[in-house]
Order: sequence, then C-alpha cells, then structure tokens
Amino acid sequence: MGGTLWLGCVLTAAAADIPQTFADLLHAARYERLLEELRCLVCQNQSLADSNADLAQDLRNEVYRMVTAGQEEAAIREFLVARYGDFVLYRPPMKPLTGLLWFGPLLLLALVAMIWRQVARGAAAPSAPLEDADRARLQALLGSRPD
Amino acid sequence: MKFTVPLAIFIVLVIVLAVGLKLDPRYVPSPLIDKPAPEFSLSALDPPETTITKKSLGGRPIVLNVWASWCVACRDEHPVLVELAQKQAVEIIGLNYKDTREDAGAWLVRHGNPYRQTIFDPLGKLGLDLGVYGVPETFVIDAEGIIRHKQVGPLTLQIWREDIEPMLLRLHDATKS
Repeated sequence: MGGTLWLGCVLTAAAADIPQTFADLLHAARYERLLEELRCLVCQNQSLADSNADLAQDLRNEVYRMVTAGQEEAAIREFLVARYGDFVLYRPPMKPLTGLLWFGPLLLLALVAMIWRQVARGAAAPSAPLEDADRARLQALLGSRPD
Repeated sequence: MKFTVPLAIFIVLVIVLAVGLKLDPRYVPSPLIDKPAPEFSLSALDPPETTITKKSLGGRPIVLNVWASWCVACRDEHPVLVELAQKQAVEIIGLNYKDTREDAGAWLVRHGNPYRQTIFDPLGKLGLDLGVYGVPETFVIDAEGIIRHKQVGPLTLQIWREDIEPMLLRLHDATKS
C-alpha cells in the first residue's frame, strides 16, 4: 500500500500548479510563509510549498482562499490542525504530548554526558592495593625478591 | 560487571529500534476522534437529486467509507465491504471523494455496491473537513454524530473484526440503553 501511495506522489508531480495572484502584498507574504511551515500529509517530508501531491494542491488552494479572505495566520493554522492534527505543523506547539520531541535531544545529551563521566572516572580511579597473598603470588610469578 | 552499561545501552537501543520498525510512519492520529463529525449537505451519487446531510444520516451508528474510482487500494478493499454488507446488518455509507459521477457509477456497477447511500463530494470539501489524506479511509460515527474511530488505508476482515466490529457493538448497545 505504501508503495502505491508513494507512486501517487510521483505521478501527480506533473499536476499543474496554478500560480496564485494577490492584490495585497501582505497576503502574498502570509501565504508563502504558511506554505513553508505546513507539512503535506501524503509526501510527509515535504512542505505544502514543495509537494506536488494532489492533497497538497487542495490544501494550498484552501490556504489561498483563507488568506485572500483576510484570515490571520494563527486562524488558518488552527483550521488545519483541527482537521489533520499537530502533524501538519513543521514547528509543533510545546505541550505534554510533544515534550519528548522538544526535550528528547537534551535528555539524550544529558544521558551521554552522565555515561561519559562514569567511564572517565572509572579510568582515572587508582586500582585497589593488592592483598598480601596476591602480592606474594605476584612476586613468586615474577621471580623478584621482596624488598 | 564491566559490560553492564554498554549492554544496557545496547538492549535499550534494540528495543527502541524494534518498536520503530513496527510503527507505520504514514499513520497520523486524527484530532477528530471523539469530536462531532462536520456538518455537510451534499448530493447523493445516485440519484443526484437526493441531498444527504449529517442529520439525515443520524440516529444510528454508521460506518463511513471514503473511496474513489481512481484509488487503487480501494479496489483491494472493496470485496471486504461487499461481503460485510451482504452478511451483516451494517450500515455502510460511501463518501465518493474527488471523483466524477460517471466514473464512480461505473465502478460501483463493475465491483458491486455495498453502500446504503453514497455521498458525492467531487471537490473534496467534506474530505477536507474530515481530514482525509489517503483514500481509502473508514470512519465510525455514532448515533449522535460523534466520530469514534478512523481507519486509514484499506479495510481488511481482520481489521474489521479486531477494531471496527467491537466498536460498533459497543455503540449499538449504548444507543439501545
């Protein structure tokens, strides 16, 4: 199934992307900014601006309609999140569910630092002095005289 | 003792990667679960004069299947729906997504029609409101019009038995009491 869906991305690459025209430069900027920050759900590693999937075209049209109707950026984002979830945002909001996403790397770094310290300390620590019996055996093996 | 820490790291890594392998990266949890289904008023695929609304479908739990004649995976899934419609008293409503009347009609003639009614949504308007991103998709909507379950990708008899049927039984019981 995944295969056919990916193929869908490739096949629709030829779909005409009608360039959008804006009467208001502010709207044009808002549209561009939104497309860069919104993720296409079909070709998941592409933004709406990059993706040629059919769904991306539909969502671009929807964003265009809302932007030219004078809607705020936040409202448009909310509209899409209500339907597709936080997943459509390339910059997900900080909340308990996305905590690991935001702080995971830091956590990993802390863990590595901890292990690093443990290992370094282990290497630097002097080894325990030999027991008398062990010392005698060692000397016997090495054949050296006791001092 | 010396190898405890590397071994622990290794085991954790193996577990994390094994879980990662099992996850489907295409699965995106829907924010619509346990939320009211969107309002709509669209014409039926056949006859076109009939208007279907959220209200006209209400009153009992339904299975809403999003499909299109251009969708390859829908063809794999379709026999399952036909079988379910024949064998069980399931209310399956079709949502024909971004299609043409001719293509959709011919497709149903060729492959069988398991749908009690099919909503015709050529522009994908209702599809957008339902957060559809990869047909086929299947929703379970309860008698009050609340979305209870969403399946992305083709339905199989196994998925039906494990996920959807128990959900429907629960909803039916809830409607009766």
